[in-house]
Amino acid sequence: MIERVGRGTVRAINAVGRFGHFVGDMVRAVPDVATWGRLTIVQMRRVGVDSLPVALFIAAFTGVVLALQASYTFTGTVPLYFVGTLVGKTMMLELGPVLAGLALAGRVGASMAAELGTMKVTEQVDALETLAYDPQSFLVLPRVIAGTAMFPVIVALAILTGIVTGWLASVVLLDLSTQEFIKGLKLFYRFKDTWFGLFKSATFGFTITLVGCVVGLGTRGGAEGVGRSTTQAVVYSAILLLVLDAFWALVLLR
Amino acid sequence: MIEFQDLHKAFGAQPVLAGLTLEVRDRETLVIIGYSGSGKSVALKHIVGLLHPDAGDVIVDGRAVSTLDRSALTALRREIGFVFQFAALFDSMTVSDNLALGLRRRGLAEEEIAGRVREALALVDLTGTDERYPAELSGGMRKRVGIARAIALRPRYVLYDEPTTGLDPVTSAVMDRLMVRTREHLGGTGVVVTHDMRSAYTVGDRIAMLYEGRIRQVGTVAEIQASEDPVVRQFIEGRPA
Repeated sequence: MIERVGRGTVRAINAVGRFGHFVGDMVRAVPDVATWGRLTIVQMRRVGVDSLPVALFIAAFTGVVLALQASYTFTGTVPLYFVGTLVGKTMMLELGPVLAGLALAGRVGASMAAELGTMKVTEQVDALETLAYDPQSFLVLPRVIAGTAMFPVIVALAILTGIVTGWLASVVLLDLSTQEFIKGLKLFYRFKDTWFGLFKSATFGFTITLVGCVVGLGTRGGAEGVGRSTTQAVVYSAILLLVLDAFWALVLLR
Repeated sequence: MIEFQDLHKAFGAQPVLAGLTLEVRDRETLVIIGYSGSGKSVALKHIVGLLHPDAGDVIVDGRAVSTLDRSALTALRREIGFVFQFAALFDSMTVSDNLALGLRRRGLAEEEIAGRVREALALVDLTGTDERYPAELSGGMRKRVGIARAIALRPRYVLYDEPTTGLDPVTSAVMDRLMVRTREHLGGTGVVVTHDMRSAYTVGDRIAMLYEGRIRQVGTVAEIQASEDPVVRQFIEGRPA
């Protein structure tokens, strides 16, 4: 038992050390703009365009459900225009960033881990090095920068979609007027609601893409290893995303 | 010149190289033979710094590879072409982009890159495959593109990791011919790792046998063919124990 705990602790410390080393290498690759600059544009297009449909789909239904649940909860006690308040606040502060983040952990994080994992086990990463490229500037930085830059854009559109579908549901299904919905939306709105959600989503983008790259480039053992890395990337990203979510609420909303 | 100096490498508790000492002379092709899993590819990867030794070092033209900083290692890699066992082509790029990638890193003009790509593909008899993707090529063609990618860089050293593994005898003979042609074209130094004895006799000036992490015997092709060492004899004759 003690031996098992000891071995687990050593493994955990090693993993933290490897992660720190990886991030250090990534930071050292930043001056190599000639390599990562052009590739970042390609990755931004991939992350943005490929992720948008799933993020918007989730946000659209979340907006409708939020409006209906708010109306169900408020019945008879709270004025119905608070539906707008709840839809807006919840989409901006929590559900927009977190649901889109979780969906993209599966979409973006998994695809990066699978792609880099395949490159690793087929020696394409070694080949890059022998061609005098640094894998950090060729593979990692473009993905991490693209994720950090594009997640807020995707989340902003997701929030907007959720609010629009929440408004539509309120008008069509709850007999709430547009003026009342907007009145509720504006009621407790603070600019911080917007930047908090977008800032949080940038940190989610950074984390998901970094985890995808770390896990992908650490792949060993052929197709089975690639499958394992893909699953690990999704699980680690989702856990870290929820931890980060709580962390930012604690630090920025108190 | 490349020198392996008392190189040690283990993966976990499993020692792979246990004091490998060997010299590759300028302008020769040295073939390293040995059983599967004997550490031949591991030795090769130490030359370009893809693996870090536990002890000892590889010295390339006076530079100890394991002590080089990032920029010195990059400079060293620019002098070396590496042909991977399964080609390791970038599957999201066309053949010509695979060849051009290393040349772009060297800052060459696009016109010169196009010329070198054409020349390298012609040398491996693959003219006209520029716009195809690796998935559209046979195993032998992929390996030839791997050679073309290495020689397009016009390196001083070319390292071949199991160039004929998995190929039929005729395609293997084609690969051997290409390695000889490459050497005539570039005039550089080559290190070939293989367990294919026909290939070793065809392309090698000297042959070194790696056994239990050390060099068992090194000599010219004739010396190895006449070896009286039972381990070497057993291996080159392909006799089961």
